[in-house]
Amino acid sequence: MTTTPPCFDEMLISQDQVRDPYSDYYDWFSKEDLKRLRLKSAEAEAFFRKIGITFNVYGQDEADERLIPFDIVPRIISSREWARLERGIDQRVRAINAFLHDIYHRQEILRAGRIPAELIARNAAFLPEMMGVNPPGGVYSHIAGIDLVRTGEDDFFVLEDNVRTPSGVSYMLENRETMLQMFPELFTRMKIRPVSAYPRLLRRSLSNCAPENSPNRKPVVAVLTPGIHNSAYFEHAFLADQMGAELVESTDLSVVDGRIAMRTTQGFQPVDVIYRRVDDAYLDPLNFNPESLLGVPGIMDVYRAGNITLANAPGTGIADDKALYSYMPDIIEFYTGEQAILKNVPTWRCSEADSLAYVLEHLSELVVKEVHGSGGYGMLVGPAANKKELSDFEAKLRAKPANYIAQPTLALSTVPILAKSGLAPRHVDLRPFVLVSPNKIDITPGGLTRVALKQGSLVVNSSQGGGTKDTWVLGD
Amino acid sequence: MGDTLSFAITHTTTYSFDQPVKYALQQLRMFPRNGHGQRVVDWKTTVTGGQKQVAFDDQFMNRTELVRLDPGAIRVEIVSEGVVEVEDRNGVIGKHSGYTPLWLYAEPTPMTAAGNTVRKMAGQIRADCAEMDDIARMHELATRVSEAVKYQTGHTDAETTAEMALTAGHGVCQDQAHVMIAVARQLGYPARYVSGYLFMDGQVNQDASHAWCEVWTESLGWIGFDVANQICPDARYVRVAAGRDYGDAAPIQGVRHGAGDEQLQVSLQVQQ
Repeated sequence: MTTTPPCFDEMLISQDQVRDPYSDYYDWFSKEDLKRLRLKSAEAEAFFRKIGITFNVYGQDEADERLIPFDIVPRIISSREWARLERGIDQRVRAINAFLHDIYHRQEILRAGRIPAELIARNAAFLPEMMGVNPPGGVYSHIAGIDLVRTGEDDFFVLEDNVRTPSGVSYMLENRETMLQMFPELFTRMKIRPVSAYPRLLRRSLSNCAPENSPNRKPVVAVLTPGIHNSAYFEHAFLADQMGAELVESTDLSVVDGRIAMRTTQGFQPVDVIYRRVDDAYLDPLNFNPESLLGVPGIMDVYRAGNITLANAPGTGIADDKALYSYMPDIIEFYTGEQAILKNVPTWRCSEADSLAYVLEHLSELVVKEVHGSGGYGMLVGPAANKKELSDFEAKLRAKPANYIAQPTLALSTVPILAKSGLAPRHVDLRPFVLVSPNKIDITPGGLTRVALKQGSLVVNSSQGGGTKDTWVLGD
Repeated sequence: MGDTLSFAITHTTTYSFDQPVKYALQQLRMFPRNGHGQRVVDWKTTVTGGQKQVAFDDQFMNRTELVRLDPGAIRVEIVSEGVVEVEDRNGVIGKHSGYTPLWLYAEPTPMTAAGNTVRKMAGQIRADCAEMDDIARMHELATRVSEAVKYQTGHTDAETTAEMALTAGHGVCQDQAHVMIAVARQLGYPARYVSGYLFMDGQVNQDASHAWCEVWTESLGWIGFDVANQICPDARYVRVAAGRDYGDAAPIQGVRHGAGDEQLQVSLQVQQ
């Protein structure tokens, strides 16, 4: 029996024809014993449990600590494919940083009428407090995680530009670590580009953005976490540990001699760079939400005086806002003079009457997203929704059309997972991680592949039952 | 050019704490700037019981200083003093400058968001003043706000919104400024809040620092309106800080960790 997959499969062209990047792996897999692989799979899970990678699922009554399922079949990308992605990501991240500088200075792009001012003016992610501020090194989004999906041999689309505080990099690193332990033979057999330099590059990249007037001989870097109740706390602790930085909470920091200093056993130590995993609104109760207990009062004052680097810079969220997403090709062209290398998913802005009418008419075919939402919450996947869900959503959409954008349901590519019966295709996306320092952009080869473990499902979010895989970029 | 007046100003703010301070920060916006007919001859802020940490110009070009109070302090005194010359320009500030775009001043803030009463007043102005030019319309608005929000102390505080003050029908200069800003924005005008000093004739000891508003019009740019005194600011007005509302332009904002009450005393001397 031969069935052609309904969408682009990254391993199989047909039942007996394997795509190039997978040929070595496929050969190896064919000779493997399924039982042994299942044992390996269980071993991998035990490994994750031991190191304690868990996450909290939002929107559930109990703060449920769960393990993100890991699939032992790697997702494999050829060096040629990667080179193109890399160029596209590099271009996009350069444009985003230029856009952020512009939007917080002269706003040429608004004066030129390329994007409507209302999109910025009515946007909670726009921080007037950043107007005229020059971040040390000129970098706004030090760390970015660009979400990509694929629909064909050469068809990659950017789904989202995560330039506030993209999470998931710890999974990228741990997934690789696990694969190296489970299948060392594959890493000698195939040329797989390493990802292990990420923590070192992160540290270097952040250090290169340290304030020039620092009193420290070597830049002091700290990771600011909201604390153990945050769903990504594991990652905060992991990254601090991996890059040799301090892990701090707001109560560890205070303003001392015009700088942000952390309490240590030897007294107060001035900090140069804070990789903060606290959202803008909670970052500084003196300048933003006064109720925040997660922030550091006065940190914005010290930042504006140029005495600390915050990564990412406050206010970067304006660049990954879903309402602005559809303008990204214009933004790229405006700042780089080039056409976007990576395509955007066609997007209907429900704020526009014609688009809204179209979206309402085709609701059952579309994916509708909240403009300011994230993590797959508040989203409608038309083809998967029942009648009641559709009509409930229609009411929400009619009430506040400007809150939503809609996109076609993309036929996301599939990659095999190890299912009961052997390999089975599942839909995936990809989040490569990008580091930006004053003169350099580092893109770690690969990134985090998220996989919808349920057959046919298109929702890859870990909060909604998605899993992860190791992502291999092949060397030349 | 109008008359120029010269003032010696001493603005003293004293905080007394009934328990020693553990950790507290204060953000000061007390530094008048040069420009729009105002010349700062000499100015300084001095803090006793605290140390200045950093200084910067904020997005509204307000000189901002961050002060950390000394641990253990039970009394902190902030003296902001100097000499300023002001020329009477009939309230006209003129061209917009700085990075903040004009549209930022046309957007409501939580303190100036329109509710039913603000919207109603905006609707009346729209209907009654359709024939007027922008400036006449804003003068009419200032008059109506002063009638609708009677000057009365003790009923409102720093948290009172424009909608609340207009509904209550009374407030202080801060509330009157907020109401005028809220209605002006509702009508589509960029508007901003100004904190500063007003020299009241024949008095050395002045009440407290003053607040008024500025509205931007196509023809003249920014123009000041002092609702409380029903005039456009003249040579007796010293402009210190500006922003979208009180929160942006407040002379002092602070956070303090730890228990205990604080008492605040403000004295202001303005001498010609």
